[in-house]
Order: sequence, then structure tokens, then C-alpha cells
Amino acid sequence: MIGVSGLSVTLGEREVLSDVTLQVRRGEWLAVIGPNGAGKSTLLKAVMGIVGHRGEVSIDERPAASLKPRARARLVAYAPQTPALPPDMTVSEYALLGRTPYIPYLGRESRHDREVTASVLDRLDLSSFAARRLGELSGGERQRVVLARALAQQAPVLLLDEPTTALDLGHQQQVLELVDRLRLADGLTVVSTLHDLTVAGQYADTLLLLAEGRAAAHGKPVQVLTGALIGKHFDAHVKIEPGPDGRPVVHLIRGGP
Amino acid sequence: MLDTQLRPARARPLWVAGALAVLAASMVAGLLGGAAGISPWQVVLQALDWLPFVEIDSGLAPIEKGLLYELRLPRVLVAAVVGGLLAMAGAGYQGVFRNPLADPYLLGAAAGAGLTTTLVIVMVPAPVLTIPVAAFVGAIGGVMLAFALGNTAGRSGGTATLVLAGVAVTSFLTAIQTFVQQFKVEELQRIYSWILGDVGGGWDQLWLVLPYAAVSSVALLVHGRMLDVLSVGDDEATALGVRASRVRLAVLLAASLATAAAVAVSGLIGFVGIVVPHVVRRLAGGSYRIVLPLSLIGGAAFLVLADLLARTVIAPAELPIGVVTMFIGAPFFVAVLRMTRRTST
Ligand SMILES: Nc1ncnc2c1ncn2[C@@H]1O[C@H](COP(=O)(O)OP(=O)(O)OP(=O)(O)O)[C@@H](O)[C@H]1O
Ligand SMILES: [Mg+2]
Repeated sequence: MIGVSGLSVTLGEREVLSDVTLQVRRGEWLAVIGPNGAGKSTLLKAVMGIVGHRGEVSIDERPAASLKPRARARLVAYAPQTPALPPDMTVSEYALLGRTPYIPYLGRESRHDREVTASVLDRLDLSSFAARRLGELSGGERQRVVLARALAQQAPVLLLDEPTTALDLGHQQQVLELVDRLRLADGLTVVSTLHDLTVAGQYADTLLLLAEGRAAAHGKPVQVLTGALIGKHFDAHVKIEPGPDGRPVVHLIRGGP
Repeated sequence: MLDTQLRPARARPLWVAGALAVLAASMVAGLLGGAAGISPWQVVLQALDWLPFVEIDSGLAPIEKGLLYELRLPRVLVAAVVGGLLAMAGAGYQGVFRNPLADPYLLGAAAGAGLTTTLVIVMVPAPVLTIPVAAFVGAIGGVMLAFALGNTAGRSGGTATLVLAGVAVTSFLTAIQTFVQQFKVEELQRIYSWILGDVGGGWDQLWLVLPYAAVSSVALLVHGRMLDVLSVGDDEATALGVRASRVRLAVLLAASLATAAAVAVSGLIGFVGIVVPHVVRRLAGGSYRIVLPLSLIGGAAFLVLADLLARTVIAPAELPIGVVTMFIGAPFFVAVLRMTRRTST
């Protein structure tokens, strides 16, 4: 569904991503992990086409560069790590923006657009917030609103940059389960960055470990979440055990390096 | 129940009705402004009589009718149109630059239009028809200059940088303008009264501004939803399939046309573009689908009242209307600046 080959990105003077190549199959969940500044967000932006890059990106077997913005927005939805939230806009107005790729330039939302958005808000427990201003929300509520906008876009590919960092345990699970259900039911392809390695290992089919802009490891959770790789690239001291379903669980060890 | 909450943003009928009522009241007050012996009720009746297909006897003497029709009415209407245009243009610039302090006056649009208009007044013998064109070119040029300067000065183009750039451009263009006008000392009076703002040009001025006003208002009003999309930032607008630069250009042109039209008939009238959209945003909601139409109505009412003050405060002498708006607008501007500082950090 997504193909990236030889992708390099230079921001300012620095090469932030170097020669990254990967494939994401339809219906697959890829989690991008790596230390701060590794280039995870930049990778998502390059796939979204909002940062200049070298190398090829293809979406749904088509070169991304050949897609018109609207066509691309119908294929890929993106929830940024640090979204700009106009404080005076209401939750429902903001979520409705996700329908933009389906609305003519000077047109207005159809009934269908409103229904889709309403059901997304409902599924994210946000119905009671619909009329609230964005400036009056908690960090976790905001994060769910951004996700609602991305889901309202109904694109077959979801790019989620740290979708759960501000969420409490219950909402974290709710959001990830929702994404997972959508993926299994509608065949969505998901690429997300995740800081919580255990969570990444739980939900993703495949992990990509980025370090200093390069792909350091790529594979199933058990292959990537190893003490050696994590110790080397995160500079962290961890213990890794198989969880109840065999997927690795990462424990932080006190008194690390 | 959920479905009703999910209405896309739009100005609520109650707000529109309220704003129109305020506008109507201020226009009656503007018509009345200072004249002895005419009751508000007679003015209302007379105003209805002016409407096509309506015949009402207001009981006014012909000379009073003449005064109202030839002097007061065009003046009130020009003030309303100019105020509406400036407020809506301000809202448009605020959306384009994602900056609550953007304003035709502060951004260099008005000063640019002022410079080119002065050039035309000085160089062309009968400049009436070339003025709007000159003002338009000047308005666009001023904004572009301020924006370019703001972008090179601060990488992020934040609130403060853009405003500072606008101030620099405004001072610079005003300096050139002063330089130019000194070549034609006999036109000085005319240029000065124009610089400080004047809506007393009569019916001719109204007919001159109306076509531009209509085009630019429609062009701005239809972009409400697109400005909402822009408000989440360029990257996210792109991710939503919108070419931010195109929207920006379209709105910039429309807002500059509105500014140019306003400046061409009334001179430089500052702060309407900040004060009105800001009040609307606080009261009625932040979406541009609300802010644009309500700014149009609110700006009209605001300038009609400002003109009334200008005519009555030191009667029989008149203050330039720009002085009144600056007197109200400058303290307001400082208050807004303080508030945005607090929320953005
Ligand atoms: N506009 C920019 N100009 C220059 N360098 C940038 C720019 N944006 C990001 N960078 C740098 O690029 C590198 C990668 O940034 P990126 O946001 O992709 O990291 P990340 O892996 O998402 O980190 P985090 O885990 O903190 O979110 C960082 O070192 C960052 O400082
Ligand atoms: Mg990041």
C-alpha cells in the first residue's frame, strides 16, 4: 500500500533521514520507533508529502508525486504530533475539517459528511464535547479530537504521529483498539510512531527502528524489540520478556546506564 | 441531538438579526446626527420612503429632505460600505496570515494604497477613475512587502515580526508619500483630508466603491470554510488536500481589493479591521464562516457611529474619521496584543 525507497530528507544543513526503504502491505500496521530526533515524524511527513525529499514514495501502487492533493488526501489521513489547534474553533467544526477532501472548493459539508463525523466523534467518546472550544480541552481530549479529524477523512491509509502520548491508560487502549478494529474490518493500513515500545509490540505487525535517520532494524516485534538493539539505540537498560500472547514486553530496569 | 450539534459553523440567525438591528439603529442615528428639530421617528419614516415602491409621508420640510438625501444619506452609506469592507478585509488578512493583529492599516496595504493614490492625485489631472486601480496596486504591493519583510526577519513569521514589518513598511511608504505630496503644495489640503479619512464624498463616491465592494465581499465570504482549513496550518491543510498557497492568494487578492476600494473613497481609516473581527470572534465564535459575515455588518455599524462622533464631538467643526477610529482602536489593539501574548506562550 505504501512503498518508500531510497528516501532521504535534508532539513536545514542536516540530513535527517538517509536512504530509508520500506514496504507496508494493505491492512498492515507498521510502528516506527526510535529515540527522540531519530526522524520518525519526518518519515511520516515525507510520506504525506509535506516535506521535501529525495527518493520515491508510492501510495496504492501510484507514485505519490503524481497524485493531486485532494486525491492524496482521500488516500492518506495524517494526525500530526504537534497539531495546530485554533483555540476558538469547536470540536465538531474541527472534526468536520477532516471531510475537506470530499467537499468542493467553495462548497459546504453534505449530510453524509456530518453523519460520518458524528459517528467518529461518538466512537471516540467525544459526542458530549462537540460544542466545546478547542482551547478549553485537556491534552488527552485534544489528542482524541485530532484523531477524530483524521478518522473522519475515511482514508485507507492512516499516518498517526504519537497518537497516544497524552492519553490515560483506558483511552490509550480505546484509541488503539479502535484503530485496530478499523484496520481489521476495513483493511486500513496504519503507520504510527509510538514511544511506548511494549504498546508498539502489542499492536503493530511490523516495527521499524529508526536511529539517526537510518533504518536500524525492521521486522516482527520479537526481532526488533531485543535487549541488544534497544540498549544500543536508545541507550537504555531494559529487560524483555514474552507476554501472555508471545509478543515481547519491555521493562525498564532501575539503575540503568 | 448529536446531529444538531454537528452543524457546520455558521452565523446564527439571532446574531445576524442583532447585528443588522444595531446597523439600522446606527444608520438612523447617523442620519439624525446633530440636526435640530428632526425626530428619529421622522428619519425612520423618511428612510422607508426612500426605499423603492414605498411612499410614506415623513412630515419633513423639503429643505430637510434635501439635507438628508444629498448630504447625510450618502455619507452614512459610504461609511457603512467602507466600514464593512475594512472589517471584512481585516478578518481575511487575519485568516491568511493566521495572526489576529493583521489589519489593512497595519500590514502596509493602506499605506501602499495611500502612496499610489497620492501619486495619481499629484500626476493625473482628473483622477477619479484611476484612483481605485492605483489603490489596488498599492494595497497589494504594501502587503507583499510587509509579508516578505516579515518572513526574512523572523523565520516563523510570528505575530510580532509581521506587525513590526507592517509598521516598517507603513512608515517607509508614508515617508515616500509625504515626499511626493510636497511637490504639489496646492493639492496638500486635499491629500491631507484624504489621509486622515473622509466619508463625506457624496453619492459619486458611493457608486464608485460599490462594484468593488460587491465583488470583494462575495469573494471573501465564499472563502469562509477555506480560511477555517488554513487555520490549522499549511502542513495540515495540505494533508487535507488543500493547496494553501492558492487559497491564500485568492483571499489576499479579495481582501486587498476590499481595502483598495475602501481606501480609494475614504482615505486611511485604521483599526476597524482589528477591532470588529475581534469583537465578533469573542461574542459569536471563531469560525471564519461566522467572523466574515458578522464583521461585514459590524464594521458597517462601527464606522457609521465613528463618523457620527467625528461630526458631532467638536461641532460645528469636524474631526477626521480616522482620528476617531484610531482613538478607539489603539487602546483596543494594545489589549488584544496583551491577550494574544498570554494565550500563545
Ligand atoms: N525544520 C527543521 N529544520 C531543521 N531540523 C529539523 C527541523 N525539523 C526537525 N528537525 C530535526 O530533524 C530531526 C528529526 O526530527 P523528527 O521530528 O523527525 O524526530 P522524531 O523522531 O519524530 O523525534 P521525537 O521522538 O522527539 O518526536 C531532529 O534532530 C530535529 O531536530
Ligand atoms: Mg516526532
